[in-house]
Amino acid sequence: MAATSILLAGFGGQGVLFAGKFLAYKGLSQGKQLSWLPSYGPEMRGGTANCSVILSDTPVGSPIITEPDVLVAMNLPSLQKFVNSVVPGGKIILDSTLIDAKVERDDIEVFYVPATQLAKDAGFATLSNMILTGKVLKEIDIVSYEGNKETLESFIPAKKAGLIDMNLKALQIGYEL
Amino acid sequence: MAELVLMKGNEAIAEAAIRAGCRHYFGYPITPQTEIAAYMAKKMPKIGGVFLQAESEVASINMVYGAAATGCRVMTSSSSPGISLKAEGLSYIAGSDVPALVVNVQRGGPGLGGIQPSQSDYFQATKGGGHGDYRMIVLAPASVQEMASLTIKGFNLADKYRMTSMILADGTIGQMMEPISFEDAEIEKYEKPWALTGHENKRKHNIVNSLYLQPDALEKTNFERYERYKVVEENEPMWEEYMMEDAEICVVAFGIASRVAKNAVVAARAEGIKVGLIRPITLWPFPTKALRAAAVKCKAFVSVELNMGQMIEDVRLATECKRPVTLCNRAGGMIPSPDQVLESIRAAQKGE
Amino acid sequence: MAVVFEKPKALTNVPLHYCPGCPHGIIHRLVAEAIDELGIEGKTIGVAPVGCAVMAYDYFACDMIEAAHGRAPATATGIKRCRPDNIVFTYQGDGDLASIGMAETVHSAARNENITVIFVNNAIYGMTGGQMAPTSLPGQVTQTSPYGRDVNHCGWPIKVSEMLATLEGPEYIARVAVNNVKNVNNAKKAIKKAFQNQIEGKGFSLVEVVSACPTNWGMTPQKALEWVESDMLPYYPIGVYKDRTAAKEGK
Repeated sequence: MAATSILLAGFGGQGVLFAGKFLAYKGLSQGKQLSWLPSYGPEMRGGTANCSVILSDTPVGSPIITEPDVLVAMNLPSLQKFVNSVVPGGKIILDSTLIDAKVERDDIEVFYVPATQLAKDAGFATLSNMILTGKVLKEIDIVSYEGNKETLESFIPAKKAGLIDMNLKALQIGYEL
Repeated sequence: MAELVLMKGNEAIAEAAIRAGCRHYFGYPITPQTEIAAYMAKKMPKIGGVFLQAESEVASINMVYGAAATGCRVMTSSSSPGISLKAEGLSYIAGSDVPALVVNVQRGGPGLGGIQPSQSDYFQATKGGGHGDYRMIVLAPASVQEMASLTIKGFNLADKYRMTSMILADGTIGQMMEPISFEDAEIEKYEKPWALTGHENKRKHNIVNSLYLQPDALEKTNFERYERYKVVEENEPMWEEYMMEDAEICVVAFGIASRVAKNAVVAARAEGIKVGLIRPITLWPFPTKALRAAAVKCKAFVSVELNMGQMIEDVRLATECKRPVTLCNRAGGMIPSPDQVLESIRAAQKGE
Repeated sequence: MAVVFEKPKALTNVPLHYCPGCPHGIIHRLVAEAIDELGIEGKTIGVAPVGCAVMAYDYFACDMIEAAHGRAPATATGIKRCRPDNIVFTYQGDGDLASIGMAETVHSAARNENITVIFVNNAIYGMTGGQMAPTSLPGQVTQTSPYGRDVNHCGWPIKVSEMLATLEGPEYIARVAVNNVKNVNNAKKAIKKAFQNQIEGKGFSLVEVVSACPTNWGMTPQKALEWVESDMLPYYPIGVYKDRTAAKEGK
């Protein structure tokens, strides 16, 4: 009877919605109940974007996350906006390449992942989102790590299949941290 | 069980419409429902259907009117300000007794309002919106699965009763993704002898019309139409009851508000409060019987809405003001938190 | 006994409600004759407007629908897109087509919607009792321009045929009149062509019929027809404004 709520937030274009979609499909492939809810409207275009994913063993009530179990913050404004909403005992996974700040709360676990730098080093600068998502998979229990390839294949269009390997590598980097 | 797929609520409506046999879509872009149009634009040409972006909401609903008059399954979709523009056509469609499906993925109002989710078109959908005496069947999905199933149901009911079915959704349900399975759509077929098909010199000409210059004739059509509405009110109310068996407090909420309310009901139960939820699935016909029955055993009602308090009036009417009904609401695109609803439940429990 | 004159089959036996001297009767007849001659009544669907011709659904023997004010081209679009093999026409006045329904008119023309539009321009709102129309002439006295249409105050009349002819979309745009026998005969040809175009799938065909409104113009029928000649036609010249097929064939 577990449920995990994950809030991913960052600038538009950082792949917040894609990462959320991956987690949603991950849940689907492992038989979970789930919801995926994006922020929408003008803020998608260059402003802040966020995406709420709930993975659960029981039917999802409200898809709106007010107190996330896990916050993935990809920029400083997102961290500042949501840091206090994380449930006590929850987790924050942040991109420490882009966020030069420490989280003051001591009732949560914080993982400083230099995702943007790691992505650059690995040669796929745009996949910091999936490195962070790899770390998410490491830190949550509701879905297992296995089957990422099948999950990616299930929603990445065939003409973009070339991206799957890179995404898998990025997930792996995050997972092994 | 058919295979589960992930889909946005808006896309689920479009796919379900196609499965229900709809091959004609006329619309005009507006946030937050544009995925419906985009889906139709992509799919319709491949299956011999028609997607047409009209010059305005006014034109699109009148295209729907014309298409509906031929007996085709036809739909349009929009969001709040666009529905106001469609009100003209909705009235003509009602006055001409042709079936159509109209989707309103609501956003905050009045005026241009905002683009965030809202339920502030409840009055417009259930009490009229356009001019004249008429009703629409108003279906309020609370999940992506229901976006699909109620779309199919909506087409069937529209054909059955020769009226408009409106899907009254909101930006959240439209934009969110959930697993959904498309069972084989149950397409009910109804004879449409009134349809404009060309008489082929085999019958008298059909006339689709809402003009009656003789008041007694107009009165007669209105009375007849309301006889039909009575049958709808008798046979078609749909609702869900959640933890109502021993409930002393009854929360009433539809659409996205009902999802939030469910979380609050679970939390309140954990505190020992005997609370349940009645979720109207049809807003018209309103599930009056369910509310009336609840008023016998529940001591208070809480109406949870994303507006300034619209459905609450129907809750009071249905319960015949026998019990106090309080409002728990946010407006303008804001959504109440489960905590806010929980607070309202606690207050109702204390008799506040 | 030889029959020398009879009612077109495509008109019902319902007596027309139009005022004495109103050319709507003539124009209805021309449309009905075209339908008869083309043998298309059985598959024709007509769209009636809001305005004097609002009850045209009772007069035409084909299937009919009554549209909202100005929306006839949109309603016709919905019908035609569902039933492309049927023949769909609208019958609209100047307030309906050129004022409240201008967007629907322009866009159905721009889409080259394969429909036939009969546009009756009599420079006034007839049904509501003689108000200024989008096509009322400069200086024309109406109920809502009692001192004559002041173009500095309420703008200029719209020349619909000229305007629509600037669009790439439409197939055929013509202006005709029904104020004398010769013009009536030419009007008939244009209307028939507008239906023939649709049968051949050529697209949007609009015939603007310069008409008269003796009642609201405050004239005898005879005087009204003379006013058409002296005042209306100089402002709204008869002619074919666009004929894509003829242009292609170098005619």
